[in-house]
Amino acid sequence: MSNIVPAPVARQPWMMLFPLFALIGFGALVLTSAAAGNFEAYAQSHLIRFAIFIVMAVVISRFGRDVVGLLAYPAYIAILLLVIAVEIVGQVGGGSQRWLELGPIRIQPSELMKPAVVLALAQYYGSLPVGMVPTWRALMPAAAIILLPMAFVLLQPDLGTSLAIAFGGFVVLFLAGLPLRWFVLSGIAAIALAPVAFFVGLQDYQQKRVLTFLDPENDPLGDGYQITQSKIAIGSGGMFGKGFNEGSQSHLNYLPEPHTDFVFATMAEEWGFAGGLFTIGAFGLILFWGLKVAKASTDRFAKLLAAGMTATIFFYVAINLLMVMGFAPVVGIPLPFISHGGSSMMTNMICIGVLMMVHRWNQKSPRTGLILS
Amino acid sequence: MGLFGRRRTGAKPRELVSQTTLDNTFDRRTFVIGAGMGGIGMILASRMAYIAIAENERWVLESESNRVNLSLIPPRRGWILDRNGAPLASNRADFRVDVIPDRLADPEKTLGVLSNILDLSTNNLADISKRIEEARGFQPIEVATGLNYDQFAAISVRLPDLPGVVPQRGFSRFYPTGPSVGHLIGYVGPASAEEYEENPDPLLITPGYKIGKDALEAQFEEELQGEPGARRVEVTASGRIVRDLETREDRQGASVRLTIDGPLQDYAARRIGLESGSCVVMDCESGDILCMSSMPSFDPNSFSAGIGRVEYSMLREDERVPLRNKVLKGLYPPGSTVKPMHCMAFLDAGVKPDEAIMCGGGRRIGNRFFNCWSNHGRVDMAKAIYQSCDSYFYHFAQQIGFQKVAEWAHKMGLGEEFDLPVASQFYGTVPDPAWKQRKYDQAWQPYDTVNASIGQGYYLVNPLQLAVMSARLATGYKVMPHLRMDDRRPKFEHFDFSSDEIDYVRQAMSDVVNGPGTAGRARLPIEGIQMAGKTGTAQVVSLSVSDGRSGPWKYRDHGLFVFFAPFDKPKYAGAVVIEHGGGSGAAYPIARDVMTFLFDPVKGMEALRPLEEQWGGTASQRLEAKYRAYAAAAGEVVEPVPLRTEQIFDQVDAEARLAQRQSEELAQQQRSSRAEGSPSPSTPSGPSSMTEDQVE
Repeated sequence: MSNIVPAPVARQPWMMLFPLFALIGFGALVLTSAAAGNFEAYAQSHLIRFAIFIVMAVVISRFGRDVVGLLAYPAYIAILLLVIAVEIVGQVGGGSQRWLELGPIRIQPSELMKPAVVLALAQYYGSLPVGMVPTWRALMPAAAIILLPMAFVLLQPDLGTSLAIAFGGFVVLFLAGLPLRWFVLSGIAAIALAPVAFFVGLQDYQQKRVLTFLDPENDPLGDGYQITQSKIAIGSGGMFGKGFNEGSQSHLNYLPEPHTDFVFATMAEEWGFAGGLFTIGAFGLILFWGLKVAKASTDRFAKLLAAGMTATIFFYVAINLLMVMGFAPVVGIPLPFISHGGSSMMTNMICIGVLMMVHRWNQKSPRTGLILS
Repeated sequence: MGLFGRRRTGAKPRELVSQTTLDNTFDRRTFVIGAGMGGIGMILASRMAYIAIAENERWVLESESNRVNLSLIPPRRGWILDRNGAPLASNRADFRVDVIPDRLADPEKTLGVLSNILDLSTNNLADISKRIEEARGFQPIEVATGLNYDQFAAISVRLPDLPGVVPQRGFSRFYPTGPSVGHLIGYVGPASAEEYEENPDPLLITPGYKIGKDALEAQFEEELQGEPGARRVEVTASGRIVRDLETREDRQGASVRLTIDGPLQDYAARRIGLESGSCVVMDCESGDILCMSSMPSFDPNSFSAGIGRVEYSMLREDERVPLRNKVLKGLYPPGSTVKPMHCMAFLDAGVKPDEAIMCGGGRRIGNRFFNCWSNHGRVDMAKAIYQSCDSYFYHFAQQIGFQKVAEWAHKMGLGEEFDLPVASQFYGTVPDPAWKQRKYDQAWQPYDTVNASIGQGYYLVNPLQLAVMSARLATGYKVMPHLRMDDRRPKFEHFDFSSDEIDYVRQAMSDVVNGPGTAGRARLPIEGIQMAGKTGTAQVVSLSVSDGRSGPWKYRDHGLFVFFAPFDKPKYAGAVVIEHGGGSGAAYPIARDVMTFLFDPVKGMEALRPLEEQWGGTASQRLEAKYRAYAAAAGEVVEPVPLRTEQIFDQVDAEARLAQRQSEELAQQQRSSRAEGSPSPSTPSGPSSMTEDQVE
C-alpha cells in the first residue's frame, strides 16, 4: 500500500484525520438542521472556521521541538496576562467579561489557557531532573502553573473552563510520575472541600444547576427543563433517529441551545443511537490516536504534551456528553468539532495541531519510524 | 497495584526514580487514563443505548406530547324545534373569548387589557373576577361572546402578551324568542367543577363547551350534545402554532322536535303582558302541548356565560318570581275552574243534570250556613256551571261525599304528575279525608267538603293540570300531555260517560262564555268558532286582610280560566292562571286572545298590538328596558350571584314550596269560601259585587 500512496500523503496521521473530517462534516449537517435546514446560519461558518483552523493546526505541526520548548513559558505568561487583562477590563466595564475584542475577532484568553497550561507543565516536567519529580519542592511551581490561571478564570466566573484547565494540568502531573498517594490524598481533600466550594465558590445560578442535576425531576419546567428536553430528544431518536431535518425537539425550540451545548441531542434526535455511536466512536479514534502519539514519543516533554492535549480534548467531549445525557450538571461546555463556536474550535484545533506536531517529531526520530499509523 | 507503583514511590522514593521508571510509570498511567476514557465512552454509549432504545417509547411519547397539541372542538348543539320545524333554540356562529385561570400570568392586568378592548362594565368585570377566583384553575371562564371582528382581531394580535386568553370562533346557543321560551327550554352553561370531577372528560373544560343546565336543555342533553371534533396542531415551545396536522369535524347533536307551536308560545308569553302568570294550550285530540308560557321570565340567551350579578339581582328582587316556571311549579287553589269537573263526579254518582236546589245566597250544610257569592234561586247543573253557583256544589259534594269527588279529580289529572321530559313538576294537592288525616292528624269536617267543593281549601293545582283537566272534560278521554313530536301517541282511555252527559257539560261551559255566564267578554271574535270555559278566582289571604281585588299586589286573588274550543267539537284545550290578577277577569281575556291567535293569527296580533304599545313593547323589549333601568339604578352595588347557577333555581323551587305551605295554612282557617270573587257576606249588594258581575 505504501507503494501506491505517495509518501507525503501516507505520512499524514490519517487515523485521526479521517474521523476528524467526518465529525466536522457531520457537525455541519447537524448544524444545518439545528437552524431548521438553513445552511448559512451555522454550518457555513462552522466549515469556514474549520478550514482556517486546520491550516493553523498544520502550521503548528511544523514547529520544531526546540522552538516549542523555548516558547512554552513565554506563551503561558503572555496568555496568563491576557486572562488577567480580561478580568481587569471586565471589572472596569462592570460585569463579567470573558473575551477581548481585537478588531473583528473576539479572543477568549481562558480558552487558550487550556493548551498553554499543558504546554508549560510539559515543559516544566520535561526539563525537571528525574530525581526531583516526586519531591514537594518540585511540585510548587507546577501547582502555581495550574492554580494561577484557574483562580483568574474562576473570578470571571467560568467554572467549566477552570475545571478544564485543572483537568489538563492534573493529567500531566499524573503522567509525569508524581507519587500516587498525593493524588489519593488530594482526591480525599477535594471531596471534603466540595461542599465548601459549592457554597463559597459557586454563583447562585451554578449552585442551582448542581442541585438540578442531582434532582432534575424537582423542577421540570425550570432548571430541570434543559436536561429533560435533552433526554427527550436523545430518547425519541431511537435506533436510527427521525431523519435529517426531522427533529421536532430542535425545530420547535423545545431543546435549549440546539447548536452549541446541546448539539449532541440535536444530532441524536435525527440520527439516533447509530449517530451517537458514530460520534463517540470518532472521538474515541481521535483520542486513542492522541494517546498513541504520546506513548510513541521518546521525548518526555513531547509525551506529556501529547497526553495533556489529548486529555484536554477528552474533557470537552466527556463533560458535554455527560451533561446532555443527564450525568453532569449543565455547564456551558460545547462538543468539540460539532458545536458551533469559534473559541472551542480554536482550542481543540490547537490541541490537534500540537498532536500532529508531536506525531511529526516521532516520525522524524529514528526509533519511532516503526509506528504504524 | 503494580500499575500505580505504590510500593516503589511510597517506600523508597528517591533512589528508584529514573528515566526508565518514569517512562514505565508514564506507560502504565497512560494505559489507565486510556482505559478511563474508554470506560467513560462505554458508559456514554450504554447510557445512550438505554435512553434511545430501552426507554425509546417513553421519550417518543414525550416528544410527541411536546410537539402535538390536541384541542377539542366543542360540538354544535342540536337544535330544539317547534312542531313545524322552526327553531326555538339554535346556534349562532360568533367570536368569543375565554380565559383559563391556571395559565393567566397576571389576571388583573390581563382582565384590564380585555376590558379595554371589549368595553366591559364594572359589574361585568367583577363577575368575571369572581368566577376566576372561584373556579378550579383548569376551568375556562367565559369573558365575552358575540365579539365583533375588530375586537376579536385586537385580542388575537395581543395574544403573545396575554397568556391564558383563548379567543375563538365558535357557536353559541341562540334562543330567537328569548324570554318566551326561558322556562320551557332552559338554558346552557359551562360545566361546573363538580360535573367535571364526576366525569373528567376534557371536553367539559374546553372553552366554549356548554351543557344544558335546566328544563329541556338539560333533559335532552344526551341527544343534543353531539360529538366533539378535534384539531391536532404542531406547536413550538412557546406555544406558537406551526401547522395543522389533522382536523376532525365535530358532529352536531340531533335536533329535538317539540309539540310546541313556537309562534303560539311566543304570543301567549307576550299576551300575558305585565301580569305574572302562565298559559297552557293543548291539542286535546293528541295530547300535544302547544304552548306552556310562564311570565315574567328570564332571557336564556344572557344566561349561557353564567348569570350576571345585575341581572340576577333584578330577577331575584322581582316579587313576580321570573325564575319560577309557573306552569309546572306554580300551585294555586283552582277555585271555580274545578266545578265542571265536579259535575262529572256528581253525574257519575247518579245525580241527574236537572236535579235542582234552591240557592238562598248560600246553603245550610250540617248545622252551619255557608254563603254563596250571590243569590241564584233555583239552580240545576247547567246553571251551577255557567253562573258558578257555590251552593249547588256545597250540597251535592256533601251528598255524594268528597272522597268520590277527589277520585274524579285525580282521574281528571289534578294532583297527578305527567310523564313529561321536565326537570320537576309540583303536583299539588287534591284533599280527601285520608289525606287530611295523614297530613294533619285531623278528621275531615263538613266545612272541608264545602271549601274543597268549590276548589278552595287545601286544593292546589298547577296550570298544566288544569289544562289537562280541561282537555279531558272536553273530550271525555283520558288525554295525556306530551312534549315531543316523535313520541308515540297512545290511544286514550275513554271515561265512562255518555255523549249526552259530555254534551251537557260542554254546553254549560259554552254558556259561561257565550250564554248567560260569568265570562261573556271571553267570546271569540271569530265567526263559527265558540269557546267554552270556566272562570275561577282563588283567594290567597283571608278576607280580613284583603278584599282580593285591590290593595297590595300579593294579596289580590288569583285569576283562573280553563277553556276549550270549538265547544261542540273540541280541538284545543287549555288554562290560563294569572297570579294576583284580582279575579278571573285578568285571565279569560288572555285565553280569548290566545285562542283567537290560534285560529286566526292576524286577528290575534291585532288584539295584542295596542296592548303592547300601552305596556311598552314586547316581552323581550320590556325585559331589556327593565334590565337597563335596573342596572342604571343599581349602580355598582350589586350583590354577587351564587356560585352555581343550579343553586339559583334550587332556591326558587324552595321558595315555591314555601308559598305552597302558606296557602295550606290559609286553608286551615275555618271560613266561608268565595269562588268567582263572590262578595264578602257582609256586603252582598255592595258596589264591589256590581263590578264583579260585569267582570265575571
